[in-house]
Amino acid sequence: MEKENNIALECKNITKTFGNVVANKNVNLSVKKGEILSVLGENGSGKTTLMNMISGIYFPDEGSVFVDGKEVLIRSPKDAFDLKIGMIHQHFKLVDVFNGVENIVLGMKNKKFNIKNATKEIQETCNKYGFEIDLSKKVYDLSVSEKQTIEIVKVIYKGADILILDEPTAVLTPQEISKLFNVLRKMRDDGKAIIIITHKLNEVLEISDRVSVLRKGEYVGTINTSEANEQILTEMMVGEKITLDIERSEPKNSVDRLVVKGLDCYNSDGVKVLDDISFTAKSGEILGIAGISGSGQRELLEAIAGLQKLSGGEIIYHNPKTEKEDNLRNKTPIEIRNLGVRLSFVPEDRLGMGLVGNMGITDNMMLRSYKKGKSAFLQRKEPKNLANKIIKDLKVVTPDANTPVRRLSGGNVQKVLVGREIAASPTVLMAAYPVRGLDINSSYTIYNLLTEQKEKGVAVIFVGEDLDVLIELCDRILVLSGGRVTGIVDGRSTKKEDLGLLMTKSKSGKENE
Amino acid sequence: MLTFLVNAIRLGMTFLLGSTGETITEKSGHLNLGTPGVMCVGASCGCFAEYIYFDAVGVIGINPVLAILIPVAATFLGSALMGILFCFLTVTLRVNQNVTGLALTTFGVGVSDYIIDKTDIIYSLGSDYFTASLPFAQNLGWFGELFLSHGILIYVALAIALLTSFVLNKTKVGLHLRAVGENPATADAAGINVSLYRYSATCIGCGISGLGGLLFIMDYLNGNWEYCVDAIGWLAIALVIFTVWKPNLAIIGSIIFGALYIMSTYIEGFSTETKEIFKMLPYIVTVIVLLFTSIRDKKKNQPPQSLGLNYFREER
Repeated sequence: MEKENNIALECKNITKTFGNVVANKNVNLSVKKGEILSVLGENGSGKTTLMNMISGIYFPDEGSVFVDGKEVLIRSPKDAFDLKIGMIHQHFKLVDVFNGVENIVLGMKNKKFNIKNATKEIQETCNKYGFEIDLSKKVYDLSVSEKQTIEIVKVIYKGADILILDEPTAVLTPQEISKLFNVLRKMRDDGKAIIIITHKLNEVLEISDRVSVLRKGEYVGTINTSEANEQILTEMMVGEKITLDIERSEPKNSVDRLVVKGLDCYNSDGVKVLDDISFTAKSGEILGIAGISGSGQRELLEAIAGLQKLSGGEIIYHNPKTEKEDNLRNKTPIEIRNLGVRLSFVPEDRLGMGLVGNMGITDNMMLRSYKKGKSAFLQRKEPKNLANKIIKDLKVVTPDANTPVRRLSGGNVQKVLVGREIAASPTVLMAAYPVRGLDINSSYTIYNLLTEQKEKGVAVIFVGEDLDVLIELCDRILVLSGGRVTGIVDGRSTKKEDLGLLMTKSKSGKENE
Repeated sequence: MLTFLVNAIRLGMTFLLGSTGETITEKSGHLNLGTPGVMCVGASCGCFAEYIYFDAVGVIGINPVLAILIPVAATFLGSALMGILFCFLTVTLRVNQNVTGLALTTFGVGVSDYIIDKTDIIYSLGSDYFTASLPFAQNLGWFGELFLSHGILIYVALAIALLTSFVLNKTKVGLHLRAVGENPATADAAGINVSLYRYSATCIGCGISGLGGLLFIMDYLNGNWEYCVDAIGWLAIALVIFTVWKPNLAIIGSIIFGALYIMSTYIEGFSTETKEIFKMLPYIVTVIVLLFTSIRDKKKNQPPQSLGLNYFREER
């Protein structure tokens, strides 16, 4: 294939910070016309932030963007359109009750409004690139891949020459992926510049001409795909090992606490999110769970806590008090909680699940114990003592125990959340992303808390994003990829690259659907 | 029977104006529960303007065209101001829409009482101009009585409903407006000015709703002010739901509502209590419609997706 040395888009020294979190630091990137560039990186490496700056959703703090060799300012999505930059977001921006054509012509200027002509033109565009789509169907009747097609057609019809696709394959089946790739190749041959964000190595190698790698917001480098292989890319992606100073004790008196066998689970869209998951969580150790976000971590934890409907498998709990075995699948969430299985789920939205933002720490403590009181009136004394204990032990910075938790900083909110679950002296403690958004010191407080629990003989399950932390903190690490267990490794001997490879390991021949 | 139908149409058109205005507002994603208040303010502004005008020119100097245009303009302006207030609170200050709407209703009812207390409460003179119909209508038998004997605003109401239906479904402005109400983030990403669309749709919508109030006083009540315009407003909101956000369906729906509302007066032998039960019928019918639409769960007949939600670009 002939390549022109014609740069369509170039970013120089882009920096973007959110508060004191650096999302992008001195990132350089360039894409030529008639080329597919992959942007590769782990979760939180700043891929999407960078693309959002190119498409006008964020504005960079520093650095400059060049389109066709000219420096440009992109202040809004409209500016990006005018520069012929089109972005296909991970979450589609479509109006459900409109049909395909209506969605595509939405917001078009300088054109006489004529649905008939527009339909004809759009159909021609579809034929040119080989899209197969019924444009008269309402969006809510379309499948995910058809919605994506509408998004792509929309961007092309509006005249975009630079296309950005944010994890386009995440929601597609293999057949749909190969169809998408064919379309992308056709567009490339038509002279369009295409940027595709992904973390699947095999796709990078299959589709792209060059690969740019980001790591923790920093630009690592760009190589030609022909010179790359999975090993090289993984190394670029995960980088050198950083030594953290987390105290890790040897597990003592480990016994099986939770045995999970062959869990299967479908989400509301009918997609299999957990596929034959089996593992054992032992008392007195921290089991880490690694994986690209959305690989089934959330569903797995919720399944154990009794919040997910399962289609197969069982969860056996070895009760240390009665020495009996219980199958948690037959129990209600409250029964599971009473057995001592505690889920301290810290989702993206900290206040969304677990705490009530407008209530004080004391009241939030009561959310877990309101059933205890015998009289109709609230018993405030106990939760108040607990709240004060948590404030003291975990050094929560707050004026007093009655300040609404919404006013506390993220780290303090998380301490309250984790502290409350620990206070119930659990036998199994599950924490998902407990340090997300926290500064170093608060993170260490949480790590130490988890280690402390482990030493008390609790089976701790820790879902984390940072591979360095997982390796330093956990005794064993379970790796999830696409809802399957791709490996359970020892935290002391494993290397980051191994984890990275396991995380990006694509699904084997047996596919869903 | 004929008078019953004629009056059902007259009252129905009041509902129609109110609900067309509310539909335009709701299509932009604004759940304006202030419509009863808006209709009160609209009616009282119109009456007040008529009072001032008659006072200024005297009985002999009245120009029939101005006698209609002045109150209509005053009504539209007064109601649109209420719309601006609603938008300022919800779009600019991002206050909760339900709270704002209910506050506007209480506010509107109070303001209109205040305005009306400054003037007469009988506008039969002005009402004559509003109810003036085509001279030959009386000669055309039941057909003329039913369809041609009405005042000008009745036909305006019909025209507005049909026009709204056309604009919403067949034009670019309508497409954009619906997109804003369904999914403002998408509309924003497509380069549509969400705030502008919400402001204008709400103001125009309130203006139209307000005309409904004026029609109620000047036409249906023949110029006798009654302190019950807000009740009509609530029915107008119910009508929006009853006709699943379709102004052209609302034409028929409004007449049904009108008929149900006044039915008890035309059937002999009911006690006052029973009559009040009959007045509930429109609401009961609305509840039944809501039941059916939610059971069938057809996406076509659902309210705009982001109805009642304020939009803020940087919120994720």
